[in-house]
Amino acid sequence: MATTLFTRKPRELSYNPKRPVWKERPSPLYQTVKAVVLVLFSLSILTPILLVVSTSLADTEQLVQAGGFVLWPERPTLEAYATIFKGPMVLQSLGVSMLITGVGTILALFVTITMAYATSRSVLFGRPVVLAVLFTLLFAPGLIPSFLMIRQLGLLDSLWSLILPGIFGAFNFVVMRSFFMNIPGELIESARIDGANDWQILWRIVMPLSKAVIAVVGLFYAVGFWNSFFNALLYINDHSKWPIQLLLRNFVVQGSGAADQLGITTTPPPQSIQMAVVVVALVPILMVYPFLQKHFAKGVITGAVKG
Amino acid sequence: MNSTTQQAPALPEAHRVPEPLPGKSGRARRKGNRAPQQSFRSRLRRDKQMLLMMLPGVAFLLLFFYIPILGNVIAFQDYQPYLGIGDSLFVGWQNFVDLFGNPDFIHAFWNTLYLAAWQLVFLFPVPLVLALIVDSLISTRVRRIFQSIAYLPHFLSWVLVIAFFQQMLGGAGFVNNLLRDMGMDPIPFMTNPETFPVMVVIQMIWKDAGWAMIIFLAALASIDASLYEAAAADGAGRWRRMWHITLPGLRPVIVLLLILRIGDILSVGFEQFILQRDAVGAGAAEVLDTFTYYTGVVGGGWSSGAAAGLAKGVVSALLIYGANKLAHRFGEDGIFAKQAR
Repeated sequence: MATTLFTRKPRELSYNPKRPVWKERPSPLYQTVKAVVLVLFSLSILTPILLVVSTSLADTEQLVQAGGFVLWPERPTLEAYATIFKGPMVLQSLGVSMLITGVGTILALFVTITMAYATSRSVLFGRPVVLAVLFTLLFAPGLIPSFLMIRQLGLLDSLWSLILPGIFGAFNFVVMRSFFMNIPGELIESARIDGANDWQILWRIVMPLSKAVIAVVGLFYAVGFWNSFFNALLYINDHSKWPIQLLLRNFVVQGSGAADQLGITTTPPPQSIQMAVVVVALVPILMVYPFLQKHFAKGVITGAVKG
Repeated sequence: MNSTTQQAPALPEAHRVPEPLPGKSGRARRKGNRAPQQSFRSRLRRDKQMLLMMLPGVAFLLLFFYIPILGNVIAFQDYQPYLGIGDSLFVGWQNFVDLFGNPDFIHAFWNTLYLAAWQLVFLFPVPLVLALIVDSLISTRVRRIFQSIAYLPHFLSWVLVIAFFQQMLGGAGFVNNLLRDMGMDPIPFMTNPETFPVMVVIQMIWKDAGWAMIIFLAALASIDASLYEAAAADGAGRWRRMWHITLPGLRPVIVLLLILRIGDILSVGFEQFILQRDAVGAGAAEVLDTFTYYTGVVGGGWSSGAAAGLAKGVVSALLIYGANKLAHRFGEDGIFAKQAR
């Protein structure tokens, strides 16, 4: 065995220095299968996105020629976007979505950070509170009681009904808390000896040390608020308070009477208008995705391993 | 007055307080071994700012979790919105009796299990296979590019995902346009109730398989590489190494994810179904959650809706508990062991 390893080593090295010596070269068949799987999976994700973006940018002539969809706009035009932003509906719902995302994320970070910090140290009632949070992962109160609660609070048709139910997530709490627990206690003690109170410690010591995890959790919350659709379906009747996702559902997924609903006359073909709305909902996610991607894997793994 | 977080280290044998006389309560005995503790009042004073910090979160939990749980009492009432919970008539198990006599509910129940079975069998292995492939890649660049693409759909809303699928596969979608151009009949991918489970699984794979890969990748990275080297030196080939090293190394993660999956089994994917229920019909897309929504919120049958929701919640919790018990029996940690810190 030793001789085989020895004689094979030079050949392997000449092929790819990153491959460990003991690993055999994959057969061509195996390589092909792997490549096909990965390429197909990637294409299946990229094609619809490309199709939607291209169609939203395509001009009428090309769209009619192609029968509704194009994979590459030959003469890109922003006509469809100009049209959807003329009517009040899309702008309004974008405003609603941005508002609930902004306010919701800030509130959510406040609630999660304070709760996670307080329970990350050994304090009175710390343990039962953590258990009370973890229990929410096991059991859900159910749709109807939650709805009745929102109605009881008088939040139906109010934007608070889209914000408040989302300002605390057990998973984000676990990620945040496990990060705080790794901050050395000596650091906190020394600040206390210097006369800082708990709020000052949190603000001046703990939060500056946790910028990365706060960014990740904040982005998770923001994506959640931006994407939430069902709460709006449940609690919001007033069309002027629809977030973008609900507009998207009623206008693209159910797709009837679209142009009238948006209060616009349809000069570009409806296809590209619909696609433009999809893109409007998609772009913010694509914009934060690089930031998310930079940090989330680490955050998720810490949460999963320590949770 | 929970003091488990403040336990003093056990004293060495010589310093220990002698065993208490028989007749003393267990509580007194336990106290005997402990360093003197601050009184409840002084701890309250010491931690008052920390307790203040917990307040918003605790208020949230009460308002949007624990009080609504109590609200499930309407499942045992003939709830009338104008009477409120206080004055509505108490009917005992009647709502549940009605529910299990309701063919629509029974249908939704079996349909949920049917779709869940599809998901468990076809969805669960996909991220594992993807992770194994990605892990075997030598080039870090290819790896990173693939990961960036594969994680993306996780962050798109279900509304967007369904919109994408409609544009690609819908009746007037991209693929069917191509088929028409080639002179073939369009295929009703999105509206055929019979193939709906397949569609559901494909959509879920599209959205979340890449993301679910992360956790497997982390587990794969934590397997000791020298094990592979030793096995290779002993003559184990690629497949034997996978069977004897990789899969046993992944076992705890697989078990953990299976438990979570089983606990989630009755929530097969609410938004996904409510978005497509109009297209494929209630026959194929009605699950327990949509039944609750249409009966309760849309139809105004608050009590039967709540009863359906409560039945689902209880069964789910029992499933998680049972799956976890089973995992312990097979010598795995499961979830609860990891949570109790």
